[in-house]
Amino acid sequence: MRIKSQRDFCSGVLFSAFGVAFAWGATTYNVGTGARMGPGYFPLIVGILIALMGVLITLKALAVETEDGEPIGRIAWKPLVFIIGANLMFGVLLGGLPGIGLPSMGLIVAIYALTFIASLAGDNFGWKGVTILATILALGSYLAFVVALKLQFQVWPTFISG
Amino acid sequence: MDLITNLSIGFGVAFTAQNLVYAFVGCLLGTLIGVLPGIGPVATIAMLLPATYALPPVSALIMLAGIYYGAQYGGSTTAILVNLPGESSSVVTVIDGYQMARKGRAGPALAAAGLGSFFAGCVGTLILAAFAPPLTELAFKFGPAEYFSLMILGLIGAVVLASGSLLKAITMILLGLALGLVGTDVNSGVARYSFDIPELTDGIGFIAIAMGVFGYGEIIANLAVPEHEREVFTAKVKGLWPTRQDFKDMTPAVLRGTALGSALGILPGGGALLSAFAAYTIEKKIKLKQGEMAFGKGNIRGVAGPESANNAGAQTSFIPLLTLGIPPNAVMALMVGAMTIHNIQPGPQVMTSNPELFWGLIASMWIGNLMLIVLNLPMIGIWIKLLTIPYKWLFPSIVLFCAVGVYSENNNTFDVWMVAIFGIVGYLFLKLKCEPAPLLLGFILGPMMEENLRRALLLSRGDWSVFVMRPLSAGLLVAAALLLIVVLLPSVKAKREEAFVED
Repeated sequence: MRIKSQRDFCSGVLFSAFGVAFAWGATTYNVGTGARMGPGYFPLIVGILIALMGVLITLKALAVETEDGEPIGRIAWKPLVFIIGANLMFGVLLGGLPGIGLPSMGLIVAIYALTFIASLAGDNFGWKGVTILATILALGSYLAFVVALKLQFQVWPTFISG
Repeated sequence: MDLITNLSIGFGVAFTAQNLVYAFVGCLLGTLIGVLPGIGPVATIAMLLPATYALPPVSALIMLAGIYYGAQYGGSTTAILVNLPGESSSVVTVIDGYQMARKGRAGPALAAAGLGSFFAGCVGTLILAAFAPPLTELAFKFGPAEYFSLMILGLIGAVVLASGSLLKAITMILLGLALGLVGTDVNSGVARYSFDIPELTDGIGFIAIAMGVFGYGEIIANLAVPEHEREVFTAKVKGLWPTRQDFKDMTPAVLRGTALGSALGILPGGGALLSAFAAYTIEKKIKLKQGEMAFGKGNIRGVAGPESANNAGAQTSFIPLLTLGIPPNAVMALMVGAMTIHNIQPGPQVMTSNPELFWGLIASMWIGNLMLIVLNLPMIGIWIKLLTIPYKWLFPSIVLFCAVGVYSENNNTFDVWMVAIFGIVGYLFLKLKCEPAPLLLGFILGPMMEENLRRALLLSRGDWSVFVMRPLSAGLLVAAALLLIVVLLPSVKAKREEAFVED
């Protein structure tokens, strides 16, 4: 049997796997009966439905002919890694990692790091332009979120401002 | 005429120079904060609530109304300009609004959203003033079984939000339902699917999913295209104002959206929200005219209809609040909070014991709407300028605003990790051509659906026939079945046509 739509085949398999896992998770809670629904009742229904739909999609991907085989295509690792990485680094710098004793570096440092890492996801990276952008964003965020809206942020690293 | 005397009492109270200034300031603040991605109307009102403590009650409520409308419109602005739905109702606006912006038609999209909202707001105000008491009766007829059936109808309608495979759209809704169930079960207190992570017992945040799936997913996909082929926004901005043809197209959509929104807004719990989705469903099912843009590619009706429905629903959702004292959504709950601070107990007695306040509030809702249009139509030009910023500067800024937005929601880095996960998931969805809008609707309705199913079955002692035995509920289910057939028909027909071609 040949896969006729790569995209649908993968979605179907992923959906089924998720559905089965979700339904299996539901059975670890009290399922109960219709009149006295336990916490697992509704999730079990939803999980089973997802798994069934996943199977349907997989079968359709094997049966229905498509024009170009609907390939998934190349995964854009570079933007994926840098955008998600920038976001994670922002979280680490802003909140610190108490688990390994890393202190919070504060909002300003986090904004600079995020802007630089995120910009690496683009095609042409220029230090000067990105530095200016980061400075504008840091200043703007400080004024908007901290000064004007009074949101609770650690602005500077904890070892400086305490 | 009672209506006119009542409204004139209201405007007499609300229409003072001082109150107009408060309305304007509220609207301006609301818009400015609302355009920040990740900060929706609820967060905006919560942030600005303390600023209204010192004002007299009517002024405070007027300012809050201004903030509310401003924040909501600000949210639509971000949805249209940068594909970030800041709150549940703008999930629909994103679909066609962002495509219009990419084609250089952000101006007409923003104007359609503003004008549609204003019209819907006016109608909503009149309905609120004229029919508040009788409409409450209707809301009483809705038991858990009816709500469950209404949500089934809404979810089937959500299938239409996707333009690709029907099967995948249905599965995305179910996936959304599943994600919505994460967190503490309200009845038993069991933390479901929380993997012993304390933050997950509160459930997954809507903002984290919306930002990750729409914001990050879209950015990664845009950057995956080599720069010389990439055209995120066309350089040419075609007009700030809708053309005559645009007005022709959007007027019926606005009317339909207003009617739907006014009707659904009366139902506490998700009515106003469903109305935006329902309006989109209807617009998409109405046959395209010659030369009209397809839905999902930037059709102005796809912006005008849902935006009107949303605003009309927001207006009529005051009916359950003012007549029954039930806040229909989080925003209204905050408004109740504001009222109690000023020693007003919302409920049926407000109308008789405090007519100035009741009608003043209704008039102030209208003033808030008016301010919105006064303020935002001239601002469209400024928003458009934002799109001329080169993408290489725009995308790091969007990433930053997403990150700050999700963090500030709970002041917890956990949400930042969640948005990263959903960014990856969002990119995966794009790669697999699974459209995310239905997922978000499922996510929002999941917990409500479970709760109403549970109540309905508890009352019927586990008998599922309750959903077809109650006439209103049965009617809604029949409507859902019809809708499903209507949705399925074109694809069945297309298949048959394909088969004929092969012969």
